[in-house]
Amino acid sequence: MRVLAAMSGGVDSAVAAARAVAAGHDVTGVHLALARNPQTYRTGARGCCTLEDSRDARRAADVIGIPFYVWDMADRFHEDVVDDFVAEYAAGRTPNPCLRCNEKIKFAAVLDRAVALGFDAVVTGHHARLGRDGLLRRSVDVAKDQSYVLAVLTRAQLDRSIFPLGDSTKAEVRAEAARRGLAVADKPDSHDICFIADGDTRGFLAQRLGESPGDVVDAVSGAVVGSHTGAYAYTVGQRRGLHLDRPAPDGRPRYVLSITPKTNTVTVGPAEALEVSEVRATRPVWTGGERPTAPVECEVQLRAHGDVVPATVEVSADGLAAELRRPVRGVAAGQAIVAYRPDPAGDVVLGSATITG
Amino acid sequence: MAYLDHAATTPMLDEALEAYVATAREVGNASSLHAAGRRARRRVEESRERVAAVLGARPSEVIFTGGGTESDNLAVKGIFWARRAARGDQVRVVSSAVEHHAVLDAVDWLAGHEGAEVGWLPVDAAGRLDPDRLRVELAAHGDRVALVTAMWANNEVGTVQPVADLAAVAAEHGVPFHTDAIQAVGQVPVDFAASGVAALTVTGHKLGGPAGVGALLLARDVAATPLLHGGGQERDVRSGTLDTAGIVAFAVAVEAAVKGQQEYAARVAALRDELVERVRRAVPEVIFNGDPVARLPGNAHFSFPGCEGDALLLLLDAQGIACSTGSACSAGVAQPSHVLLAMGADDDRARSSLRFTLGHTSTRADVDALIAALPAAVDRARRAAALRTPR
Ligand SMILES: Cc1ncc(COP(=O)(O)O)c(C=O)c1O
Repeated sequence: MRVLAAMSGGVDSAVAAARAVAAGHDVTGVHLALARNPQTYRTGARGCCTLEDSRDARRAADVIGIPFYVWDMADRFHEDVVDDFVAEYAAGRTPNPCLRCNEKIKFAAVLDRAVALGFDAVVTGHHARLGRDGLLRRSVDVAKDQSYVLAVLTRAQLDRSIFPLGDSTKAEVRAEAARRGLAVADKPDSHDICFIADGDTRGFLAQRLGESPGDVVDAVSGAVVGSHTGAYAYTVGQRRGLHLDRPAPDGRPRYVLSITPKTNTVTVGPAEALEVSEVRATRPVWTGGERPTAPVECEVQLRAHGDVVPATVEVSADGLAAELRRPVRGVAAGQAIVAYRPDPAGDVVLGSATITG
Repeated sequence: MAYLDHAATTPMLDEALEAYVATAREVGNASSLHAAGRRARRRVEESRERVAAVLGARPSEVIFTGGGTESDNLAVKGIFWARRAARGDQVRVVSSAVEHHAVLDAVDWLAGHEGAEVGWLPVDAAGRLDPDRLRVELAAHGDRVALVTAMWANNEVGTVQPVADLAAVAAEHGVPFHTDAIQAVGQVPVDFAASGVAALTVTGHKLGGPAGVGALLLARDVAATPLLHGGGQERDVRSGTLDTAGIVAFAVAVEAAVKGQQEYAARVAALRDELVERVRRAVPEVIFNGDPVARLPGNAHFSFPGCEGDALLLLLDAQGIACSTGSACSAGVAQPSHVLLAMGADDDRARSSLRFTLGHTSTRADVDALIAALPAAVDRARRAAALRTPR
């Protein structure tokens, strides 16, 4: 096959591209330039979108011996990921930009362009398994598993995707990179949001949304217990950085329970008030088979690297509802709920949807 | 492989390569006083005479450098500094909108860091400069102009400038005129003295010599403040131990390119015309860019409406065809060509462009390969570009 390898400049995508070559594909490497102004993005080790990353990707492509180009996706990325990120926070939700980038950029804008140019598929260095059965499964390296941020992909997108790393641990990938003479073998993993240069999400949002002071209200007493400079800066489940003027009457720590953009209010309460046993979600995608008609017994994950909970998922007209077997704390609207079917050969992604409440 | 990117760099001539290897085997620093040094110096000075002879300069006017970018920087900054030192109000630099970045960015740097003011000369739709515009510019600012710099021939669209006319206008005002003749030497007749320019840039790797060696021809009455200080080589204008082997190979290549220019131009222009004709037949919507007559013999430059040059390049590269979008990278991302924008093209047209350049090793088979691959590539690139439509 003629395949396009998306190369971030990190070790995973470099090894994925090399494996695609080894598997006999005709591989072309592409680095996505996502920053309108690369200097403002995280540099070096921690990001994925700097000039240094671009050079690392090019060097890896040269070592592997494949053509390499830079594609300018900055405008699309800005519209579909960065602007969306800001708008979601403004609406009181907690977005996952990596997931959005997969959905809108890597497996949409890039994949579409690749197909138009005559490529058959896109190869990435995500840690997830996608076998001949077409099912998306967790990586053998559960700690590095990225199936959660891929679960938004549709059948059509998965059919044109190749994830060569799913059967390897991260340690094996690094060792292979070293063996193949790839200089990125020991480059640290990226963890943070690539377009927030200093890691200060709150400052980033404040810059774009402006300050908008409002009240912090206690859910138990109904009293105003503090103030904030922008409700958008809070995430459900957050405890630190609340700066309450008054301790809660019961003397116990307070957590963010909800954000109400309409009244610009942040509501806080005790830990147990965070507990949720039912989750509703919209925009469902089913890739593990047909759209279910009866309730499904499965496991759900409610945020990246979050715990897995047994649940019954019921499909509704416009989304789904999940009945959790045990309550979970800190479920944030805007995150994805991903349903898995436990499987010894790797838990299978059944589908995903966006949490509304 | 069909190599259609000779304007980026062209294969070394056998005789230049052989001269390089033979000289590189010899020890000797051209500044040393002993026999080995004398031998190296003889090689350098013979090379200087060879270059001077074929380019219409005096040997003492040839300053060897580390290539075209250095020569351009030395001319632009060096002459600016020297003129400003002589008279503090000579701080205006006049340049063209279509210069190579080696000139463009040097001028911009002077504006940003040295307080230079810049007069940019526009070009017409074919990329041609108008000597009358220079006359108007110099009539308005002449006594404050440190130098005029305008290329002999454009590296992207191949347009050849009326350099002698421009230099004559500069001479009327007593302003030194520098020209970047990198793309011109060996392609069109270039004579330093006859052209009336004060300084001229030439580089090795565009005419069959090695990369990293070139020269600035600098008239004896024109001062340039050095960029590099040190051992005082090259009239004290360019310090650094001379690259004897590189200079010898450079001189061999310059001599061969200039002596063979007429025959080369006739052969390559005929092949280029065939390429243009066949591209037009294969893709009737193409726009041919640049001046149809005052043009480098090896240059064919097109816009492919509805396509992105980047996509075409990728697709042609996959078929073993090497060409160029001509656009520079800024922060790793291709920018629309400043040359096409200056010629009045809009962003889309500028981004839809590809440059094919022929050279001394080009054959009809290269053109055949291009024509075989082009229609399918254009078709695909169009489909990819159609995805870009705003949602
Ligand atoms: C017109 C022009 N000027 C300057 C340069 C730079 O010369 P060099 O590559 O020798 O530094 C080039 C080619 O790269 C050129 O085409």
